[in-house]
Amino acid sequence: MSKITFKNNDGNSKTIDVENGLSVMEGAIQNDIPGIDADCGGSMACATCHVYVEEKWLNKIPKAEEAEVDMIDMAFEPKKNSRLSCQLIVSEELDGLTVTTPKKQS
Amino acid sequence: MKKTDVVIIGAGPVGLFAVHQLGIKGLNAIVIDNLDRAGGQCIELYPDKPIYDIPAVPECTGEELTKNLLEQIKPFNTKFFFNERVEEVKKDKDNWIIKTNNNNEFTAPNIIIAGGVGSFEPRKLSINDTEKYEGKSLFYSVQNKDEFKNKSISIFGGGDSALDWTLELSKFSKITLIHRRNEFRGAPHTLSEIKKLEVEGKISIKTPCQLESIVGDKNIDSILIKFDDGRTEKIKTDIILSFFGLVMKLGPITEWGLNMNKKTIEVNSENFETNKKGIFAAGDICSYPGKLKLILSGFHEVALASVECFKRARPNEKYRFEFTTSSKSIQDRLGKK
Repeated sequence: MSKITFKNNDGNSKTIDVENGLSVMEGAIQNDIPGIDADCGGSMACATCHVYVEEKWLNKIPKAEEAEVDMIDMAFEPKKNSRLSCQLIVSEELDGLTVTTPKKQS
Repeated sequence: MKKTDVVIIGAGPVGLFAVHQLGIKGLNAIVIDNLDRAGGQCIELYPDKPIYDIPAVPECTGEELTKNLLEQIKPFNTKFFFNERVEEVKKDKDNWIIKTNNNNEFTAPNIIIAGGVGSFEPRKLSINDTEKYEGKSLFYSVQNKDEFKNKSISIFGGGDSALDWTLELSKFSKITLIHRRNEFRGAPHTLSEIKKLEVEGKISIKTPCQLESIVGDKNIDSILIKFDDGRTEKIKTDIILSFFGLVMKLGPITEWGLNMNKKTIEVNSENFETNKKGIFAAGDICSYPGKLKLILSGFHEVALASVECFKRARPNEKYRFEFTTSSKSIQDRLGKK
């Protein structure tokens, strides 16, 4: 289990325990985190699980593949620290990860 | 009002295979889809991506899968209603009356909702108050090229649609291509064509930047874009073309009185019927304990749903389970001798 924190636009945040090996998106869906739609179910085809990763974590998570970056082009208000949460796999190294959900997903 | 045995909502792989499973049982179906062609997510989201988990098909793309499914259901001469969305579903004794946004009306004892995650719509620009320009000087697709002649056009996006339309429209209009990063995603040939046009000064490319605001009254006069380094630039613009892909919206489905679980419809996994008799859900849109959002699961779901559809459509006939290898009547329906 690792702790993942989701902040939203209003500054509210919720921390959940996610089993290692699941994606951040799956953790969010299981815990009813608002602002994560994940319409395509994690096939990197929709960009509705888009999150902003807190700066200090950017170097600790594996870099986005080209296909993910291409998909982020389609996301709502992408930024430098944009990632698709379906591609972030939870592990002990990610314990404490904080992400912010965008204003909306679509 | 058109009569049929089953109205299928959604022409993705699961909707297409539903046609097959109903067809071999001698049931007629019609298919309605909001897109302009069959294939659903397979065609819209990953036409070129290989799929590796279709049984007995080691590898195929979304496009190939769609093509093969269409081939498989050819014998049934199914009527498709594309570019149409089902707006209303009403009960009429043992039948359902289905109305579309194109004023088509159907009546059938069964409906199979194979709607994926809902109908596809273009992803809109993220800044406020853009609706007033939509269809006049802001477009999410190109229907008629002639409307885009001799204009100053700002095209947003970094994928195939943005690149292809930049090439095409640059023949007779002034194009600015705007993208949030320096890399574009397109066929090598297209990318080199784009580069060439830029070098020749025939198009202008602005990266990495995003739309900051639109200046205009009834029509767009200009746009303001903001680069990553904070710099802004004003670009005279008559028309904005925005290509940020598609989003999926459930739409009117939520208003039909079906038991929903988040964005999915609850079904029993015996026959994939919803809480409404004669309305079934299959594929990504249905949920039941253990549900997996796989194409192969959807195939199984419509096979079982089709049995219940038969019982409702032919209440006076006995349903007999048959194999395609040995059933004379199935082979007849498939046009095999």
